[in-house]
Amino acid sequence: MSEIPGDLKFLKSHEWARVEDDGLVRVGISDHAQSQLGDLVYVELPEVGSDVKAGTGAAVVESVKAASDIYSPISGEIVEINETLSDKPETINEDAYGDGWIFLVRPSDRAELDELLDANEYEELVENEDH
Amino acid sequence: MTDKTVLNATHRSLGARMVDFGGWDMPINYGSQIEEHHAVRRDAGMFDVSHMTVIDLQGARTREFLRHLLANSVDKLKVTGKALYSCMLNERGGVIDDLIVYFFDEAHFRLVVNAATRAKDIAWLEQQAKAFEVEVKERPEFAMIAVQGPNARAKVLGLLNENDRPRIEKLGKFSSAAAQGPHGMPLFIARTGYTGEDGFEIIVPTEHAVALWEALAAAGVAPAGLGARDTLRLEAGMNLYGQDMDEDVLPWEANLAWTISLDEGRNFIGRAALELQKAAGVPRVMVGMVLDDKGVLRHGQKVLTANGEGEILSGSFSPTLNKAVAFARIPAGAPGDVRVDIRGREVPVRLVKYPFVRDGKPCEGI
Repeated sequence: MSEIPGDLKFLKSHEWARVEDDGLVRVGISDHAQSQLGDLVYVELPEVGSDVKAGTGAAVVESVKAASDIYSPISGEIVEINETLSDKPETINEDAYGDGWIFLVRPSDRAELDELLDANEYEELVENEDH
Repeated sequence: MTDKTVLNATHRSLGARMVDFGGWDMPINYGSQIEEHHAVRRDAGMFDVSHMTVIDLQGARTREFLRHLLANSVDKLKVTGKALYSCMLNERGGVIDDLIVYFFDEAHFRLVVNAATRAKDIAWLEQQAKAFEVEVKERPEFAMIAVQGPNARAKVLGLLNENDRPRIEKLGKFSSAAAQGPHGMPLFIARTGYTGEDGFEIIVPTEHAVALWEALAAAGVAPAGLGARDTLRLEAGMNLYGQDMDEDVLPWEANLAWTISLDEGRNFIGRAALELQKAAGVPRVMVGMVLDDKGVLRHGQKVLTANGEGEILSGSFSPTLNKAVAFARIPAGAPGDVRVDIRGREVPVRLVKYPFVRDGKPCEGI
């Protein structure tokens, strides 16, 4: 398993959030999540300009095995989506914390970030899950 | 309590993702299910299928017993080693299980049945066998490895005792024979499979299973998990028990008519119910479908037709076709434009004749 980048915050449901320099929040799923799901074959992306609410479904990823809702870690407006995933959903398998990001949010309430797990807490969660 | 096959530690040392499969701790993949799928379509892959149940039937009246028990006719089995696919039905014509029966001699046949149905199968067999004085003997001392793919047979042949090679090389489809494997280990080799590719299914004493697996790996056979096995068999148009048929489904409704033998004067269990439904008209049919749009067809999704609703049975992304395919059971009659409800979205699908893939290539019209 690859190292969890220290600047990420997590939902218990395995989505990550990264605050960019411009204050926008990039969202993806963890490397642990992609390895649990297996080969991804389809990603249903949200629409740019739509609103998302923290803790509710914003996208869907489908692996050979199953479909999974992707919850947004933060409320706000979708300002960009990762179009690459339409043709190459496997990018998430290959680089979950980098090129495999899913959408970018302009947050409406940055305080929600404080509710998320930090990298250490998330690592602990994953370790406990494995036992 | 989860059962483990003798290859469990081998799977774990290969980094397999293990899942519970019908009470067995089995590898779903060893990294990438899609790569394992392609390995079988393009070269050779191997599956640990030791969770499946091997049962020997012995007694002078075994053939007579199987004529009564099975919906396909064991009278097609005339040559030692020949195998037959059949359903075992209840009195209502519902499918208790699907299985392969091997003929050794008049007093000895072998069944290979599913893992998840083991207990009920054995109970049913014992109940039915009494009247025929046939002994039902489970053989847990065997493991089973399926080696499948265009190069599978050649790779297995290379591991056999030289004296056995020409005989096993000539083995016809759905035939089996004994042979000596690496270090002289005794193997039972059948030219059968569940992938739509050529290959062998090999029954081996558990104490030799790890050595056989390692010899196959050294010969370039890629380990493949049950995930790939599922997408391979779906592409090949093969039913999965519990998903595509069960005790409440008659073979007519599961595209299994080809396995039903209504031969003169053979009164097998379920026959009356089958004939009754056939005469009355079969209410539901099983069809193949392809989703040309993006998305994945999955078990349980609702199918909308001109004659009412149906349901997806087996559905998955097909790695060979790079789109989703499925079996569905829908009301009989011209279905009109068919749509599938994927999480509230009605998506048009194309009904097709399957198999979807055979011998490595998409079938015509898919």
